[in-house]
Amino acid sequence: MKKMQIDVAVIGGGPAGLAAALKARKEGVEKVLIIERDVELGGILQQCIHDGFGIHRFGRRMTGTEYAQTFIDELEQTDIGVLLDTMVLEVTKEKVIYACNNKDGMMEITCGAIILAMGCRERSASQIQLMGYRPAGVLTAGTVQRYINLEGYLPGKTAVILGSGDIGLIMARRMKLEGMEVKGVYEIMPTLGGLTRNKVQCLEDYDIPLHLSSTITKVHGKKRIEGVTVAVLDKERKVIPGSEEYIACDLLVLAVGLIPENELSIGCGIEIDPKTQGPVVDEHFMTSVPGIFACGNVAVVFDLVDYVSQSAEIAAEGAAAFIQSAEQSSPEYVSIVPSGNVNFVVPQRITAGKETEVSIFLRVKKPDRRGTLDISENGNVTQSRRFATLAPPEMITCRIKVSGEAEVVLDMKEAANG
Amino acid sequence: MDKKIFTCIACPNGCRLTVYEEDGDIVVKGASCDKGIDHGINEYTNPMRMLTTTVAITGASHRRLSVAGNAEIPKSKMEECLAQLYDLQLTAPVEKGQVIIRDICGTGVDVIASRSMKKR
Ligand SMILES: Cc1cc2nc3c(=O)[nH]c(=O)nc-3n(C[C@H](O)[C@H](O)[C@H](O)COP(=O)(O)OP(=O)(O)OC[C@H]3O[C@@H](n4cnc5c(N)ncnc54)[C@H](O)[C@@H]3O)c2cc1C
Repeated sequence: MKKMQIDVAVIGGGPAGLAAALKARKEGVEKVLIIERDVELGGILQQCIHDGFGIHRFGRRMTGTEYAQTFIDELEQTDIGVLLDTMVLEVTKEKVIYACNNKDGMMEITCGAIILAMGCRERSASQIQLMGYRPAGVLTAGTVQRYINLEGYLPGKTAVILGSGDIGLIMARRMKLEGMEVKGVYEIMPTLGGLTRNKVQCLEDYDIPLHLSSTITKVHGKKRIEGVTVAVLDKERKVIPGSEEYIACDLLVLAVGLIPENELSIGCGIEIDPKTQGPVVDEHFMTSVPGIFACGNVAVVFDLVDYVSQSAEIAAEGAAAFIQSAEQSSPEYVSIVPSGNVNFVVPQRITAGKETEVSIFLRVKKPDRRGTLDISENGNVTQSRRFATLAPPEMITCRIKVSGEAEVVLDMKEAANG
Repeated sequence: MDKKIFTCIACPNGCRLTVYEEDGDIVVKGASCDKGIDHGINEYTNPMRMLTTTVAITGASHRRLSVAGNAEIPKSKMEECLAQLYDLQLTAPVEKGQVIIRDICGTGVDVIASRSMKKR
């Protein structure tokens, strides 16, 4: 088996992995390596041909491909190692990576620190319990996106979309522009899953109907999908009798959510947060295993790629500091606890006994016109932040000061009337 | 022109805008800020959209190249512009920033390669 020694190894070459590797090198880490299973760098961005990326970081609306290329071009000017077409099979607590490819076979890579940047995957048909057979023509939105935008195939002529997440909305427009018929978007919840701007620009612009509180009750067809039965749901999310309707289609697109891809993390014994479904991390995005960091969508589904890159740079700074310091055990922590309208927060904890300023990322549970985020320690509010127009699909980020002496509670309150 | 209703996308607030003409002026109702009023007027008079799509390419690791306009085009020209791009057949290599079509359909907008694609 081929053996290698690396200072900081990055698993995954999407925007998180690219930003992490570049930052680690800038921080003076000598041997940096990216391991990517695909044949090229860029991750999911290579199939995101639409614009809307990089608004925060570069101040303009770039396509996903352009955002990725900017980092890839920068990487090519460095001596950062890249292994493409290489799958990481296992990561151990001792910071050893087992990976394989066609050329080198199995590899054992011993690392000073590891940055996990494996991204996320889409929920599939088997995870949402669709009734009926399992015919061809039921695909996730990301798969349809890859077929159309990279491979140049149209996977159907007439599509129905289940779920109103952003990827589904973006693919509704894309399929329409590619000459397909899009019958409609069906969403189980009474509210939109994705961003309002995507609803306006992807559905309303092309007269694609959106059906809220609706679902698909049956998939028809044995070999190839022939149609679906859709139905309207009541407040208890039960089908309203008589509301069923048959719609003929040869493609069912699933846009029903993303899950961080954490098989490697779990295999290594890293603690997972049931809310984010990603590793529990500290203010350096270090996981519960000292020296293993997680960033980008494997840590939490960020949606905005600008935040993905930001989290990667924080993790890379942490990894660089980790290999340079003598202290290699896990520090003592105090928790950051969500309360009120806060659904979850990343990082979940911070190093105890150290006064610091940290970047936090959170999502709210329900929409609100405005809200005040109270940050408190020992029952005393230490800082407050005001936000306008809260919505679960929009991640909120800000910087807070913490003493490191006590648990930090984040409480999003409804702003007083007016 | 008739009365038109838009959802504003200037910010996540998503105000419902009602836009109509009165005595030669364009009136925007329902906006809670100036940006919303501008958005309503633009949507009513000359809606503009970003052009992003793919073009067929041979000799690269994939069969489609991501391209985008260097500015927005009138929404009414979208189909015509796409039809022209779908007729193209490129060959790798292509560099990010390379002009694929100059002044597409007389819009004054250049269509540009969003990424590089090496020869395989
Ligand atoms: C359809 C769609 C639309 C989007 N629209 C927008 C938008 O408009 N604006 C915006 O800002 N963001 C958008 N995003 C989000 C953005 O694409 C993601 O936030 C970003 O790609 C996440 O970056 P990442 O590096 O964490 O993950 P990814 O891009 O998924 O990269 C992870 C990489 O890890 C590799 N990998 C995984 N496991 C292994 C393994 N075991 N061994 C080796 N390699 C591995 C994968 O092959 C992949 O290349 C969109 C995403 C999607 C899917």
